[in-house]
Amino acid sequence: MSDNTAPPGPSPTYAAAGLRVTVDLNLCQAYAQCCYAAPDHFVLKGHEALHYDPAPSADARADIERARIACPVQAIRVEDPEAPRR
Amino acid sequence: MIGSESRVVVVGASLAGLRGAESLRRSGFAGSLTIVGAEPYRPYDRPPLSKAVLTGAVAPDATGLPNLVALDADWRLGAPAVGLDRTKRLVTLEGGETIAYDRLLIATGASARPWPDAAEGRLAGVHTLRGRDDAEALRRDLAARPAQVLVIGGGFIGCEVAAACRDLDLPVTLVETGPTLLASVLGAHLGAVVQTLHETRGVTVLCNAKVEALEDDGTGRVQRARLAGGSAVPADLVVVALGAVRNTSWLAGSGLAFDEGGLDCDAQGYVLDENERPDTQIAAAGDVARFPHPLYPGHRIALEHWGHAVAQGEHAGRLLAGCEPARYAEVPAFWSSQGGITIKSVGLTKGADGVVIAQGDPRHGRFVAVYGQEGRCIAALSFDSARWLPAYAEKIAAGAPFPPEAGGVDAGPLRVFAPGFPDPSGSGPDDPARSGKDEP
Ligand SMILES: Cc1cc2nc3c(=O)[nH]c(=O)nc-3n(C[C@H](O)[C@H](O)[C@H](O)COP(=O)(O)OP(=O)(O)OC[C@H]3O[C@@H](n4cnc5c(N)ncnc54)[C@H](O)[C@@H]3O)c2cc1C
Repeated sequence: MSDNTAPPGPSPTYAAAGLRVTVDLNLCQAYAQCCYAAPDHFVLKGHEALHYDPAPSADARADIERARIACPVQAIRVEDPEAPRR
Repeated sequence: MIGSESRVVVVGASLAGLRGAESLRRSGFAGSLTIVGAEPYRPYDRPPLSKAVLTGAVAPDATGLPNLVALDADWRLGAPAVGLDRTKRLVTLEGGETIAYDRLLIATGASARPWPDAAEGRLAGVHTLRGRDDAEALRRDLAARPAQVLVIGGGFIGCEVAAACRDLDLPVTLVETGPTLLASVLGAHLGAVVQTLHETRGVTVLCNAKVEALEDDGTGRVQRARLAGGSAVPADLVVVALGAVRNTSWLAGSGLAFDEGGLDCDAQGYVLDENERPDTQIAAAGDVARFPHPLYPGHRIALEHWGHAVAQGEHAGRLLAGCEPARYAEVPAFWSSQGGITIKSVGLTKGADGVVIAQGDPRHGRFVAVYGQEGRCIAALSFDSARWLPAYAEKIAAGAPFPPEAGGVDAGPLRVFAPGFPDPSGSGPDDPARSGKDEP
């Protein structure tokens, strides 16, 4: 199955080949494993405030995947348009 | 399971609608799926809009939500639904086109409550914050370095916006009708802790104060706010953060039971008609849904929590696919990030008659507070102490006795404080400067 229509409207919504990342911050407990796995894309500020890049470029794929897997509470969700859906 | 000849329509293309659509597919639904959205964008995440987007760390158009399951959907974006005919099972879009459904998911969420005086609300420099376009406009005005920002409403969004202004080193005043910031959600006892955090970071906080009018400089740009009592606060940028109203007006004439506080649902998640009868072709999820929660009996609740939009969206997808899921009973949970502190909560504080500090110490910035009602735990709140929270979520789900046992080994029994919720009759929904209630 493929996702058919591209969104209409004034502005193209996503960079074509980029990734989309979201972290379930209810689950996140600031173990910071993502910050070690992908320091350019996940930063812990203060004790528990996780700052992350929701739209990393496709070059960051390997780092983001490492971060996703490393999360002890599995709070990281990634859409990679080039990877088979999980 | 509904068959592959069935047509499912999702109205509302945001978090609850997307997770609901994914859940339908995950449940095996193979028929046609149409997703209708008022905004011209694919589903995007809102929490960053009052945080990293305002400071410029994340671009307003960068928060697209990952789509986790192949949807094979027909997206109708930039096309608000304007009517629902339940007899013919048709959704009408702006422009007159109709879409037929066999099952319908309503996930139209909420909008920022507008400033009560429409003309004042349209002055240049006056903002509300709900969507990506709002965040982009506010970000642009903040980047132009206003001389004095005014935030009206000390709820979660108001507090986050004020914190972002300080991150940008902009002067900001926060006006709140209640006794402290966040008093309607946390009570004044803990609201005072949040207020100290913001005051220490340089926010000027005016509580028990009410903005009565916004005044312009003669060219249509806001210049100052007039407070009850006559004093004025200069402001060339104003953020109105007075909470949300549910997007239900498009349901006029549908026979469903709704108002600006939500669309009524039964315990399973089916919508109710004006006679309280469920329509089992239609479910609702996310901010728009007002539903009975087994942990908080006696009234229906509508939440404004990210995790709830995900969980109830997934529940509604299973329900509409015909999987007959167990009753929705997810313990409410949310987080907020402001001034470098992460506040998290589980449960609902509404109606609490006592609060204890169960772990840590507010004077040291890291602690867990537990709220109780009639001798059982109903909510817990952590300040930079999230790892304690899952254990308290279990106590809340189990209705464990309040006060809970002390966390410290040598500690005596916990001291119970009055939470200090303001009298709700003092600030009705028509009160312009009522606290921004992003609901507990
Ligand atoms: C600035 C901001 C910050 C937040 N921060 C946090 C946070 O830190 N933590 C937390 O837990 N929660 C937070 N939230 C709350 C969270 O984002 C919401 O609970 C969540 O977005 C609800 O999702 P939803 O899909 O139910 O509704 P919404 O996200 O409101 O989406 C509803 C969608 O339906 C569309 N729509 C409306 N009417 C129609 C119509 N007639 N036809 C078609 N489409 C329609 C709207 O355009 C919108 O896209 C925040 C919200 C905001 C606005």
